[in-house]
Amino acid sequence: MTFETHTEGHYTVLALTGEVDLEVSPVARKQILASLNGSQPLLVDLSAVDYIDSSGVASLVEGYQLARSRRLDFALVGVSEAAMRVLRLARLDRVFPIYASVRERMAQAS
Amino acid sequence: MAPTERMLELRFPSRPDRLKVVRAAVRCAAQCRGAGDEDTDRMVLAVNEACMNVIQHAYGDARIGDVIVEILAGPAELVFRVLDFAEPVDPERCKGRDLDDLRPGGLGVHFIREVMDSAGFVQAPDGVGNVFEMTKKMMGPRLVP
Repeated sequence: MTFETHTEGHYTVLALTGEVDLEVSPVARKQILASLNGSQPLLVDLSAVDYIDSSGVASLVEGYQLARSRRLDFALVGVSEAAMRVLRLARLDRVFPIYASVRERMAQAS
Repeated sequence: MAPTERMLELRFPSRPDRLKVVRAAVRCAAQCRGAGDEDTDRMVLAVNEACMNVIQHAYGDARIGDVIVEILAGPAELVFRVLDFAEPVDPERCKGRDLDDLRPGGLGVHFIREVMDSAGFVQAPDGVGNVFEMTKKMMGPRLVP
């Protein structure tokens, strides 16, 4: 897994790439939580995630809960089909705000 | 019907970096048996989760122990067995959480039960360790829906 962070508008965008499994999910978790340290809302881009397991999903849930506790916007964008299947299995597709792209989220927010 | 063909056996240390190998093996086995892409992905996830449970919980205190994954194929099913050599597990402690109880963790058991037709602990050989067995029914080249 690799990750890349950039800013679009007032959003922090954290893009995860590759396989988010038990070996690397601690890194994903750390990045997600660190991205919520400030006052910027966070979009997690999962468009290039080939595989995610329950440890990766747990990192997303933790980020979502931390964002809510800080009243920060948190959403998933561009979720790959592989990742979406796992989110559906966990019924989290009904919990996380999910958008097709960063642009779509920004357009809806404006 | 009892499995008739032993497709493969993997033995590896209970380390997260070995999960890639397990996933690749399960993917190959499922595809060899004619599973479609989505069913293959689901079986890969379920076996990965079962191995994760061993890696995270079986040996305790961050110790490393051996894990064995066996894949057996019958005419109408694929059977995945995950064996460890740790202290016996209390199956009552391996129940998934209520999905409405939103919190990190606790999803692995849910994934396994959603994906597999049956899953649970079976008698360990010689009474040593634990054997978690998962069965996915298949019908010819296609999985039973």
